[in-house]
Amino acid sequence: MAGVSGHFPILIVVVPLVGAALTPLIGHWRRRLCMPWAALVMLFTFAMTAFLGVRLSLHGPIGYHLGSWEPPFGIEIYFDYVAALTFVIALFGFLVIIFSKRYVEKELEEAKISTYYTLILLILAGMIGFVVTGDMFNLFVFLEIISLSGYALIAIGGEKLTAMAAFKYLLVGAISSLCVLLGVAFLYSITGTLNMRDISHMLTLTDATRVASVALALFIVGFAVKAAMFPLHIWLPDAHALAPSPVSALLSGLVVKTGIVGMIRVLFNVYRINGPLNYGPVLNIMAWLAGITIILGAFFAFFQNDIKMMFAYSTISNIGYIVMGLSLASYFGIVGGLIHVFNHALIKTTLFLCAGAIIYKTGYRKLADLQGIGKKMPITMGAIVIAAVSIVGIPPTAGFICKWFIILGAIEAGKPVLAGMLLLGSLFIVAYYVKIINAAFFREPVHEITEVDEAPASMLIPIVILAIGCLLMGVFAYAPLAFIRPAVTGFLR
Amino acid sequence: MIVQKLGANFNYVIATLLFCIGLFTVITKPNLIKKFMGLNIMEASVFLFIVSVGAVREGSAPIVVKGMEKGVQFVNPLPQALILTGIVVAVSTTALALALMIKLYEQCGTLDADELKGMEE
Amino acid sequence: MEVYDIRPLLAPLISLVCAVLIFWLGDNTFLRRLFSISSSVLKWMIVMSMFPASLRGVVYVTELLPFARGIGFILRVDALGMFFAVLSSTLWIITTVYAIGYMEGEHARKRFFAFFAICVSTTVGVAFAGNLFTLFVFYEMLTIATYPLVIHEETPDAMKAGRKYLVYTLTGGSLILFATAMTFYLAGTVTLSENGILSLQHGVNTLFFLFVLFIMGFGVKAAIMPLHGWLPSAMVAPTPVSALLHAVAVVKAGVFGITRIVYNVFGFHLIKQLVVHFSGVAISAGSLLALAAAITIIGGSLMALLQDDFKKRLAYSTISQLSYIVLGVALLAPSGAMGGIVHLANQAFMKITMFFVAGAIAKKTGKKYISQLHGIGFKMPITLATFTVASLGMIGLPPLAGFITKWYICLGALEAKQAVFVAIMLISSFLNAAYFLPIVYRGYFVKPVDGDTAVSEAHWTLLAPCIICALYVIALGLFADLPFVPLALAREAMTTFLR
Repeated sequence: MAGVSGHFPILIVVVPLVGAALTPLIGHWRRRLCMPWAALVMLFTFAMTAFLGVRLSLHGPIGYHLGSWEPPFGIEIYFDYVAALTFVIALFGFLVIIFSKRYVEKELEEAKISTYYTLILLILAGMIGFVVTGDMFNLFVFLEIISLSGYALIAIGGEKLTAMAAFKYLLVGAISSLCVLLGVAFLYSITGTLNMRDISHMLTLTDATRVASVALALFIVGFAVKAAMFPLHIWLPDAHALAPSPVSALLSGLVVKTGIVGMIRVLFNVYRINGPLNYGPVLNIMAWLAGITIILGAFFAFFQNDIKMMFAYSTISNIGYIVMGLSLASYFGIVGGLIHVFNHALIKTTLFLCAGAIIYKTGYRKLADLQGIGKKMPITMGAIVIAAVSIVGIPPTAGFICKWFIILGAIEAGKPVLAGMLLLGSLFIVAYYVKIINAAFFREPVHEITEVDEAPASMLIPIVILAIGCLLMGVFAYAPLAFIRPAVTGFLR
Repeated sequence: MIVQKLGANFNYVIATLLFCIGLFTVITKPNLIKKFMGLNIMEASVFLFIVSVGAVREGSAPIVVKGMEKGVQFVNPLPQALILTGIVVAVSTTALALALMIKLYEQCGTLDADELKGMEE
Repeated sequence: MEVYDIRPLLAPLISLVCAVLIFWLGDNTFLRRLFSISSSVLKWMIVMSMFPASLRGVVYVTELLPFARGIGFILRVDALGMFFAVLSSTLWIITTVYAIGYMEGEHARKRFFAFFAICVSTTVGVAFAGNLFTLFVFYEMLTIATYPLVIHEETPDAMKAGRKYLVYTLTGGSLILFATAMTFYLAGTVTLSENGILSLQHGVNTLFFLFVLFIMGFGVKAAIMPLHGWLPSAMVAPTPVSALLHAVAVVKAGVFGITRIVYNVFGFHLIKQLVVHFSGVAISAGSLLALAAAITIIGGSLMALLQDDFKKRLAYSTISQLSYIVLGVALLAPSGAMGGIVHLANQAFMKITMFFVAGAIAKKTGKKYISQLHGIGFKMPITLATFTVASLGMIGLPPLAGFITKWYICLGALEAKQAVFVAIMLISSFLNAAYFLPIVYRGYFVKPVDGDTAVSEAHWTLLAPCIICALYVIALGLFADLPFVPLALAREAMTTFLR
């Protein structure tokens, strides 16, 4: 831990945070420089996370003590295997920023451009911080950073219903944050510490399991709202569908995952839910709710005719996959859930960016208007097809691997009915993606299409990179397993 | 007996009451501003709870001054630091919410949740 | 003996590369044809180069990308896989020629040929899959790659058929996935083995449930009644698709899967012991499957009788014929299994001839219904002659291909002491005659309505495949006992499985 690289665990949070703070100044000076600046900051962060990822895989988890205060007195950053997700956040954040360039120029007023990039950097910084922190209260603070910038980003477009969607999200989100805060308070009152590993240790000593159970319930509810689990999903479709498309990509691909990461931290790092202590049938309830989430999400998606709305509902059902995998609490189940955290981020970011490219180019977002769009934008639609095949879980694409592991996990945990629910849900999912593909490729265009007319390169390149990722992550599925396997082994110890 | 117990922990009781009042307001009031006021009440209740956790009866402020005698009881400073952060977060949430409401009013001409619901379709 | 070799990977890969090339440069007609034909020939050569060694019992293996313990991409060419691969790659060449002729002047040819190539690639993948996981991967890819071909016409009918196709096959796929996961959980591996990977210690009831799951999953593509609904409606696809995919690749993938399950997952010995008692009645897995097959054989034939649409009649005939294979496998007797496996090839050549004929007639005269075919033998004598050969083969007339199958399956039924299935085979032969011969009769002996009897055959690209396949039908029957024929390979497969 010598030199600057020793401070990388905190720098990956601080750099985008400072970058965000500087963006308005840069925007004031030269508005055009906002986007390159944001991209540069994210690239830099990405490089640091990559470095940390390599270190992690070589030497195991990295603990970092803020201001050299030893935990539990000081705040600890703990770069463990779950925190490897920061790599994904930084990479996708970078791609989304690249994509945003033309989109923002067209859709937003000029005065809002620097605000937009500030918020994007803020939300990314929040997510990175959320994932790496080892402190319960910091978890809450970063959650709020993410949420606040999220609310603002949804409404930034300024179209009629966006403020409504943002407000709905804000109200539900604020209550969920309160739940988390209250949970932290409860835990603090019985353990007297905020450090996750310390709390985890103290929980085995205290006999106030009832208080701990209440806190667990509060955490689960709070994070379930963020993750949009049934029945707390009501805010998601509007928020994700009405936000500007690059923002939707971030929200759907990454921000909902903070709820998931929160659950992982609470369930496995803090409560050690597989341990000897009994906190009631929390996991069972979650697993069944996840099953319902999968089916209902897919079911509602089928009846949408706005593609972004479809993708949003699809996010709900995919969150169901992840939560199901986690709450099975069997080796394969958790592996599947964690892989899907990553793979769904990949797939859904692709889908929303594609939707963004289409809306940018044509201005249409209803399925009926998009008939025959495959002839006009073959690359974008090709990417949608790849992502759709992925998310449906057709091998050998990214989405299949998690399906395989979660089903295996369900059988391992002795709950084959859940596997059945997952398969049923995935069949529903097929139904509506086939609707999109049919409309795009196999139906006569409604609006005249004369020639290939693709989105600009700054949009296509991120899309193509992500789409190729969807294919590669199916074939090289073992790559994320290098981080996931030790993580799960740690959880189940 | 119960009354005594409640009385001894009256701060927790009030926090709970406030939380419930807040939640009730958020759920039942159609006006968005009132909804948000409910949320603020909930926040206040949580802050009250956290401060209570760290409170020590007869405790003094955790500041060391010269010539202080030994054995003085301090209140736990950490929860106070926490709610300070919490309050900052709450204030920014409120600011953002109010800004959104202004936008919403400009766009839709109303802040009534039922009316807004009608406009969505 | 296992030998590590790259060729099992090369064979599926080459048509995948071909598909990419067609997507990229396929707007040019010449290049498109060049890619299609050269890759099909190349693939055939690769597959055939492994053929002699395969006959001697050599197993070629390629292992790729293990991504979790016990799961990975394994391609493994045993005799059964070889059999299926030879079959599909041979027929691909013929069908490609036919398709070039048939698709002349159709829309979206680039898409058609590209997906056609992907389908064949995945079919060979199914054949070479060394574990259930790989098998499933290719099986699902096949489903997806076929979809654009089924809805090629883009008419409302085609879209509806495509939807039906996806609903059926993907549901089946889900069941297979579930069953595969369960197998992995029970056995700790999914690698196919010559004598099965499961054992009785997992509990008879669990195993039986697993067996039923697998059969229902693969049964969709194998069109076992009542899971056959998609096949007749998928006949809206262009004829080369119906011919290669719905007589060979897709449906055979299902049957092939069932064979794999019975012999390589459960194993011959385990299946024999797999008997559950259901309210006092003993049901054995083998007889359950055989019963389903028997019902499908008769039911499919009866349904075929009712069809006037030429291709639909062929489709129902396919349904019934596929169950010959399933029946042969389910009899759990050496001769039966051999007959079943060899029918993979025999049925393919016979049925593909018929589809080619149906397509040639439709392309040339526009007639799609059997009631319109009066005197077609006067106009297209060679075409109808090939059809006659194929239908006689189907009926089981010696020395044609179909006879070999029926002979061995009947033998198998006797070996298994289930003579009732001999009766089923005889009834089915009779029904075959009942629905094929009227077409032949009408073609040769009823004068055309318009009185026009001038000979006008279809283009050579359509005619030649018909003739070649018909010759194959004769050859497969005449030379059935020579060393280098499918039967020898089927025998090799059986001897390893039943050891």
